[in-house]
Amino acid sequence: MKRTLDNETMAKRVAQEFEDGMVVNLGFGMPILAANFVPEGKRIFFHAENGILGYGSIIQEGQDIDPDLINPGGLYVRPLPGMSVFNHEEAFDMIRGGHVDLVVLGALQVSKNGDLANWFNPAKGIGNIGGAMDLAVGAKKVIVVMEHTTKDGKSKILNECTFPLTARECVDMIISDIATIELTPGGMILKEVAPGWSSEEVQSLTEPHLIVADDLKEMDLRV
Amino acid sequence: MTSKVFSSFAEAIYDIGDGATIAIGGFGGSVGMAQNLILALRDKGSKDLTLISNTGGLCELSLGGFIAGTYVDHAILFQNKQVKKMIGSYLGSPSPTTLSSLEKQWQAGEVEVETLPQGTLSARMLAGGAGYGGIYIPTGVGTIVEKGKEKRIIHGKEYILEFPLKPEFAFVRAYKADTTGNLIYRLAARNMNPIAAKAASVTIVEVDEIVDPGGLDPDIIVTPGIYVHRMVKIPKGGKK
Repeated sequence: MKRTLDNETMAKRVAQEFEDGMVVNLGFGMPILAANFVPEGKRIFFHAENGILGYGSIIQEGQDIDPDLINPGGLYVRPLPGMSVFNHEEAFDMIRGGHVDLVVLGALQVSKNGDLANWFNPAKGIGNIGGAMDLAVGAKKVIVVMEHTTKDGKSKILNECTFPLTARECVDMIISDIATIELTPGGMILKEVAPGWSSEEVQSLTEPHLIVADDLKEMDLRV
Repeated sequence: MTSKVFSSFAEAIYDIGDGATIAIGGFGGSVGMAQNLILALRDKGSKDLTLISNTGGLCELSLGGFIAGTYVDHAILFQNKQVKKMIGSYLGSPSPTTLSSLEKQWQAGEVEVETLPQGTLSARMLAGGAGYGGIYIPTGVGTIVEKGKEKRIIHGKEYILEFPLKPEFAFVRAYKADTTGNLIYRLAARNMNPIAAKAASVTIVEVDEIVDPGGLDPDIIVTPGIYVHRMVKIPKGGKK
């Protein structure tokens, strides 16, 4: 079994997409980790559905917690100068109104035309929409960060999603544990492979056809 | 003027009977959750309730920085079989292996559920409080959310018509109030509370501190007192 990237390394790769001054919303689960890898010298305004703009890194253990400052994943975060708070409706006005630059979401499945399924596996419980549908519809750019395959090795990148959708044609980029893929009107472009992986190996674990970029690179995983 | 300040949580919810609809502020975890009012409602035992809140109750399960059993939310109303219908957004358990009380009752056909995108939940409460007949929302187009709903193309983009939510009661957790009902909140504890306060016919608030009129700067009021009907100061030993 070849080595795939762990969650923290994927979060570091996500953080490379952050540009100074950007408003970024990090979804539940793996995406939230990226708040701890902001490149030095850049100010990112992290937006939270529960009504915060401009929070800082996640506080891992006990110290200097403010009990009233949590991100949407229920994790305590640090306040930063310039942070603002507002009500939940305002938070979603920012999302639906197109004011958020970048959204990073987890996924169960992504289709070749950018459909996203991430809220409901009908075999498991009731499903949690949360903020995912609003974020997928409203953001200027949507990056999905996910494991490339299911636990039994099946591609999560499909010609058509089989799970209930979160939103149609919303995904711009996939950062997986083996590759970086850009979604374009012309198809899925394989831009990067994880260290030790070839484009053929990535294709063999991906249902839709991948167009290999002329400048295909190995993922740069330094922070 | 009749005082809006009540001396106990039980008195403040005296008229919440069987079949009532209650919006509960808060987002998830204890932050901004009206824990004491929820406890009082559990003790009162009113049945066949319809609840409107972001989650389906999480206090039985550990999530993020919150440890199961260290705080209270509306999961205890499911445990006590008081709920008939839940309208919310994040209604399932965050755990892949453990079901919440709501999920178990839903699987058994004992509770009806309406799952909405989180922004739609807020927007529908806003519509209820602001007197709008409905709001056209882009979220959920092309998904099961649009099922059975009117759609319309406006300026070339598809929208779903969503109708107002107008709960009879709201449970709100605030940081400071004055006796006229003006409220401020603290950081992320604001969340859905101002929306719930605005939507409900009777808004009931639990709050850390109640000051005289003039004790809060008018420029910083978040929820004007017009939306607030009853308040209880959280006593020493109350849930915070």
